[in-house]
Amino acid sequence: MLGFIVRRILLAIPSLFGLLVLTFFLIRVVPADPAAALAGDNATPAQIAEVRRQYGFDQPIYQQFAIYLGQVARLDFGESAYSHRSVALDIKQRLPATLELTIVALLLGTIIGIPLGTIAAIYHNRWPDSLLRILSVAGVAIAAFWFAIQLQLLFAMELDWLPLRGRLSSAITAPPTLTGFLLVDSLVAGRLDAFSDALRHLVLPAVTLCLGALATIARFTRAGVLDTLQRDFVTYARAQGVPGRVLIWKFVLKNSVVAAVTQVGLLFGSLIAGAVVVETIFDWPGIGFYTVQAILTADYKVMLAVTLLVGVVYAVVNILVDLVHGLIDPRLWEQL
Amino acid sequence: MLILRKFAKDRPAVLGAAIVVAVVLVAMLAPALAPFPGDVSASHLLQRLKPPSWAHPFGTDNLGRDIFSRVILGTRGALIVAIMVVGLAMLIGVPLGLIGGYYRRWDAEAIMRVTDLFLAVPQLILALALAQLMSPSLQTAMLALTLTYWPFFTRIVYAETRRLKASLFIDALQCMGARTPRILFLHILPNCVSPIIVRATIGMGFTILVAAVLGFLGMGATPPDPDWGLAISESRQYLPEAWWFSTFPGLAIFLTVLGFNLLGDGLRDIVDPRLRRSR
Amino acid sequence: MIAPLLDIRNLRLSVKTDEGTAQILDHVELKLAPGRILGVVGESGCGKSTLVRAVLGILPKTAKIETGEILFEGEDLLLLEERDLVDRVRGGRIGFIPQDPYLALNPVFTIGSQLLAVMRRHAPAPARLRTGALMQHHRARLIELLRRVHIPEAEAVLDRYPHQFSGGQRQRILIAGALACAPRLLIADEPTTAIDVTTQLQILRLLRSLASEFGLAMLFVTHDLGIVAQLCDEVTVMYAGQTVESGPTNVVLTKPRHPYTSALLACHPDRAKALLGIPGLVPSPLNPPTGCRFFSRCPDAIAYCRHRSPRLVTSNAGHLVNCRLFEAEADTAA
Repeated sequence: MLGFIVRRILLAIPSLFGLLVLTFFLIRVVPADPAAALAGDNATPAQIAEVRRQYGFDQPIYQQFAIYLGQVARLDFGESAYSHRSVALDIKQRLPATLELTIVALLLGTIIGIPLGTIAAIYHNRWPDSLLRILSVAGVAIAAFWFAIQLQLLFAMELDWLPLRGRLSSAITAPPTLTGFLLVDSLVAGRLDAFSDALRHLVLPAVTLCLGALATIARFTRAGVLDTLQRDFVTYARAQGVPGRVLIWKFVLKNSVVAAVTQVGLLFGSLIAGAVVVETIFDWPGIGFYTVQAILTADYKVMLAVTLLVGVVYAVVNILVDLVHGLIDPRLWEQL
Repeated sequence: MLILRKFAKDRPAVLGAAIVVAVVLVAMLAPALAPFPGDVSASHLLQRLKPPSWAHPFGTDNLGRDIFSRVILGTRGALIVAIMVVGLAMLIGVPLGLIGGYYRRWDAEAIMRVTDLFLAVPQLILALALAQLMSPSLQTAMLALTLTYWPFFTRIVYAETRRLKASLFIDALQCMGARTPRILFLHILPNCVSPIIVRATIGMGFTILVAAVLGFLGMGATPPDPDWGLAISESRQYLPEAWWFSTFPGLAIFLTVLGFNLLGDGLRDIVDPRLRRSR
Repeated sequence: MIAPLLDIRNLRLSVKTDEGTAQILDHVELKLAPGRILGVVGESGCGKSTLVRAVLGILPKTAKIETGEILFEGEDLLLLEERDLVDRVRGGRIGFIPQDPYLALNPVFTIGSQLLAVMRRHAPAPARLRTGALMQHHRARLIELLRRVHIPEAEAVLDRYPHQFSGGQRQRILIAGALACAPRLLIADEPTTAIDVTTQLQILRLLRSLASEFGLAMLFVTHDLGIVAQLCDEVTVMYAGQTVESGPTNVVLTKPRHPYTSALLACHPDRAKALLGIPGLVPSPLNPPTGCRFFSRCPDAIAYCRHRSPRLVTSNAGHLVNCRLFEAEADTAA
């Protein structure tokens, strides 16, 4: 098992290196003048020259790459042309917000999605299945930005049950930063008021974000269970007198969630995209909104840093997904 | 015929098909169906932000235009964008998938690495970045969307081609001396048609969604286009009073995408032989 | 006459398919006495597997029992609810050995967890044992049985996964699992079809000795007459969903009565000088012929056969035939 993990991590390294190379070339190939692009729209010629020197654009390509690698190693991504603050610092502050939101959304999606998908499969072609199928397709069909606005309309503006935007009410002081996850930090600091407030702020954004994940997880669990139900070992277990409930929720489910787990890895991408939209609507101070801003203002330094970051997070997520696969299906241990 | 009967038993799929047909009809007959076809561009400031009524079932927007008409007229734009994007993506993606799956040469492998890379980036982000690079407009949004979608076709065609290539009948054809283009187009491609159609149908839905997001973020359609995403973006500042402004265009997006996705799902259930058994 | 352990009477079964309703079983009759081994023989598609599923109650939802009874120890299994079948019949009283050992075991669970899950519910439990000790007891019994079926390192086996074993080993594990619940009847559905011939022989010998050791009755479904000859005390021959002949193995195989059985035996490579076949095709269950289903291929068929409803007629003691040729005999015997 351990060998499996180590091999997976080693496999990820070439991809990450490839990503470094790719971003390196992109920033030098795509814009007309890379130095000007990096310096930003409002930079003076002096500032552009400074950037040119810093990044070594006047030097041979391999030296440029060395400089680039050095920068990445030091986590020095320069200053954002928009916010004029260290990009690394910006990211450090904003990443936990997005991660917290994404993880909660993913948890919601899984906890609700897997049982829903299983039930749909058990009642295959009867009304619960049809209903759940329509709902799960609907979940993916809903435009997140529109749904978020409708939720805000109903729960925040009309009913005033939940807050409209942000992570914490202005009246509440934030707990000391430990992980950056408000839920964790407030519990650690014993601040139940901050915890419940942060939780209330999480509801609408997390619900919006989890829709797509929930729908996809339910769909794939349903397909997985339907597929598993056709297999011989299910007939055999039934013939041996294993009762239905144990059969489904233990023996069938473990075989069925492999496809759903794979989807979680793939879902991660759409969760990031979803976070972009959700953060925009709910004024959530996360990476998503930061990235959109960077794209819209052509802030290349930020885009570069975020691309690398996303690449790393992707690699980590994929390793975790493979890990879970390995835990579920022991036949994989010998492969790879 | 058996397939049609099977399809008819699948109620969500039939619902999807019905919605798609309805949407297509609305798009084709839009100018005739919309009560105020001129509201594509005209403005009636005296009527601004009126709630839903008999005259204006969906209310009016900030320029007094009938939202019901604009939603209907917006159907055309949405469908045209979707068809062109998916069509182009197919034209690029399918041949690449065939090549990638059939040959084991380094260039075929390279194609698949590039495809994987494109697939790794979320569609929205890639589309945003591309649109930004090429200066925002509806055309660049469409181009960006095409460039984000072709890998999906490549991937499924690649998987099918690889699978078929390993099967005996391809070996037999090669032994009989059949040339590669013939094998690819006469034998492998027809087997890929079903998953391609499924992917294209679902692709229509997702393209409409992402195009709407782009419109919302200001990277796609521009005013005064009756684009659904654009309308929702414009509506934000008039909330919560003029709730109808954001709700109805969003419902249109939702219904249309739902229809395509349900249809695609239903098609997939038919196409997937494992689920085709009578029990 | 000892009461039969398993008594199937006039079973008719149909299955709804996309192409129409298929009459899979028609007038199936079968009697199995306690402690005896009965072979059910027939070609692919004759309905033997469906018969097995009917006994166990694991038919697909599209299947419909039209008439008939399946009496097990006097009780009609067809009248039981799923719950009763799970609690009182499957595993504990009727054991099952499936056809394909490569597919019958759940790949993501250990051997131990799968087999013990069944034992927990159906294996005989000495009274007054708490759960922990009970599971230990079951484990010990399972290990003992695994040794009995010649599986090496029986203890370690419980923590391994199915893919780590060969087909023959898996089949033996499945046999041990079935025996662990001490059933009275063991149903084996072509258990050696998916394994190579040498291993086949081992498994058959094993089954034979286990049957006598544990006093089991066995219903052995197969298409291979050779296996029937080696293993079974009695045999029932099926064709196109009907029982055509049944009786003691040595009698049926040496003096077959039904034209189908004779033709089948004549084709067997051990007996035939050239590779023969039976001319004609098996009728489709979607459109079954009225009367005798072997009509179109029978050298002794007459017009009457086309309308003769299936009926088993006694030829000698214990030897039943579903054919008009022996009706006169029966009448004169009576």
